[in-house]
Amino acid sequence: MQKKMAYSFPDEVLEHVFSFIQSDKDRNAVSLVCKSWYEIERWCRRKVFIGNCYAVSPRMVIRRFPEVRSIKLKGKPHFADFNLVPDGWGGYVLPWIAEMAGAYPWLEEIRLKRMVVTDESLELIAKSFKNFKVLVLFSCEGFSTDGLAAIAASCKNLRELDLRESEVDDLSGHWLAHFPETCTSLVSLNISCLRSDEVSFSALERLVGRCPNLRSLRLNRAVTLDKIANILRRAPQLVDFGTGYYAAELQPDVFSNLAGAFSSCKELKSLSGFWDVVPAYLPALYSICPRLTSLNLSYATIQSPDLIKLVSHCPRLQRLLVLDYVEDSGLEELASSCKDLQELRVFPSDPFGAEPNVSLTEQGLVAVSLGCPKLRSVLYFCRRMSNAALVTIAQNRPNLTRFRLCIIEPKTPDYLTLEPLDVGFGAIVEHCKDLSRLSLSGLLTDHVFEYIGTYGKKLEMLSVAFAGDSDLGLHHVLSGCESLRKLEIRDCPFGDKALLANAAKLETMRSLWMSSCAVSFGACKLLGQKMPKLNVEVIDETEPPDSRPESCPVDKLYIYRSVAGPRFDMPPFVWTMDEAVRILH
Amino acid sequence: MENDLNLKATELRLGLPGSDEPERQMIPRPNKRTLSDIVSEGSRSTTEEDHQDTAPPAKLQIVGWPPVRSYRKNCLQGKKDEVEGGTGMYVKVSVDGAPYLRKIDLKVYRSYPQLLLALENMFKLTIGAYSEREGYNGSDYAPTYEDRDGDWMLVGDVPWEMFISSCKRLRIMKGSEARGLGCV
Repeated sequence: MQKKMAYSFPDEVLEHVFSFIQSDKDRNAVSLVCKSWYEIERWCRRKVFIGNCYAVSPRMVIRRFPEVRSIKLKGKPHFADFNLVPDGWGGYVLPWIAEMAGAYPWLEEIRLKRMVVTDESLELIAKSFKNFKVLVLFSCEGFSTDGLAAIAASCKNLRELDLRESEVDDLSGHWLAHFPETCTSLVSLNISCLRSDEVSFSALERLVGRCPNLRSLRLNRAVTLDKIANILRRAPQLVDFGTGYYAAELQPDVFSNLAGAFSSCKELKSLSGFWDVVPAYLPALYSICPRLTSLNLSYATIQSPDLIKLVSHCPRLQRLLVLDYVEDSGLEELASSCKDLQELRVFPSDPFGAEPNVSLTEQGLVAVSLGCPKLRSVLYFCRRMSNAALVTIAQNRPNLTRFRLCIIEPKTPDYLTLEPLDVGFGAIVEHCKDLSRLSLSGLLTDHVFEYIGTYGKKLEMLSVAFAGDSDLGLHHVLSGCESLRKLEIRDCPFGDKALLANAAKLETMRSLWMSSCAVSFGACKLLGQKMPKLNVEVIDETEPPDSRPESCPVDKLYIYRSVAGPRFDMPPFVWTMDEAVRILH
Repeated sequence: MENDLNLKATELRLGLPGSDEPERQMIPRPNKRTLSDIVSEGSRSTTEEDHQDTAPPAKLQIVGWPPVRSYRKNCLQGKKDEVEGGTGMYVKVSVDGAPYLRKIDLKVYRSYPQLLLALENMFKLTIGAYSEREGYNGSDYAPTYEDRDGDWMLVGDVPWEMFISSCKRLRIMKGSEARGLGCV
């Protein structure tokens, strides 16, 4: 009786039903119900997210999902952000573009993170996809403004061009002029990462002026303060705006022009940019501050009093990124003014200085945890911490989902008791039951990992540095954290035992990074041999790992699950341990 | 070499760290430094550092720590030069006759000889010895610097600590032009 009902729905009906299911997880679940659902689902999947570009090959994706319109790919491991992954490691997008050029002529969206994108790739995109709409290059590198010119010139329906935090070879600001006069479709343009001093401003102005749907515009440093007003007046519908230099000699007419331009932007909710701020120009923002939900001042070297004044005008603030110039006093003000705050990131103004240059301590974070009931996400750089503070934060804010604490000096103990910070971080994982991302720092023993393994059931990403005493630490995490997807470890005394004992766990995760730890080359080979669905990559820039005894620790290790087998685009300093115990290179 | 995951490897005990650990040979590599080397940086003497590296003098920083993206580091650094040039971290170095400038981090060096050696290596030139009386007379090149007051001084005249706290930028002049500075 039930069987009959299932087959009584024609495919088109099921397809229509599936079209309401957008999330990847749900789509994956649908495809597992039965063979016919798998088939129907795969033909109508339009969006694919591939968290590790080496986990699957382009051909496999194309074979399974023939009608994709939108793809999101991630390349290098997260620690590449901190120069731990040598240049040339990989993450090339060209093979993907090349395959998709033939298979997906109607591809509309490409979103990439930490990938190497060449001008050739960009030119291929421009040529191959007639209905191309969205290009997001997040922390990418390898391309120049020539590639951007190709995109600008060819993509007639381009809606989004977002180069956030990418490294672009800035050959010429004139690429902007390649947007044809007929291009009026832009909704989002983020060129904040461009260094060029000669962004063709007139081209930019004209482009902005003819795109009535432009909602998000982030300029680069080259755009001076006096030019902001002109831009804003052409785009009063903006919701998100990134300034360039926000500094100039204070001139009353420039100020009032700027203030007027900002106040005409009735939809503006998000601000960023602010390189080099002259505090006297901050009041020009006051008219929009009451509506602001997101403010990125993390490049602004303005001091606490000016920050306090600004923040006190923004009661609706949900997201604040700021330098530690904000100090404890600034954060106390934030805690009392911004009750809607959900995300706080405090970056170090002098990360390499030996002595603190600002009065920012654990007190600031405690104040925010107390005053902001909706706080969910924290990234905090500071120079001292205590277990007591961490326990207080955990008890105040059990709704935290992301907690990344960086105590600048490695292995710093609780400054009050000189004990390790195990108990403090333990309280965080114990109280914050939905914690999905955690970064540890300070003096930590194996005990903190015991807490994490016991309580961190929803933890998906964990970053560890200069912590732990023995393999037991790693074992606690691998055996206890059921939801763990990404684990990145540096400079910890974790060796072979925990890794080999938990080998099967690694297949349930996206990836594991370990550098300057104590995993031996022999263990890597064994792991590669025993686990065919894992790629075990050994990275060593000084010498081949087999030129030393097998018991020697490897420098860097990157293990990720893959159905594509070992990759073949590795540079000379990366070795994959494969099943036949051949060391592929 | 084991063919299988042997029990001993999977047996985990709560033991004191260091007891019954498998042998680990940490072979020191020429250009790499162990954490203890790096963290106990402060107490190093000059000679130890000279010995250590064949490359330019080692930085006091651990690679990739604190975890600040280079994107952000570059932004901050650029600003520090403009705003706090006097604290003597990264300063621009120009060499007469060279088409572009370089930047060096003065905090990396501990003494004049170290700095001069680094400059000689960077620009492939000879600076020679400093003498209080005659400056760098007799050398092809003479290192000069602009101090907080905007004056151009000869490198070496003031104590090292005073130098790095007041140096805003360096200029390596051709010996013939520097003679004017050397004469008191």
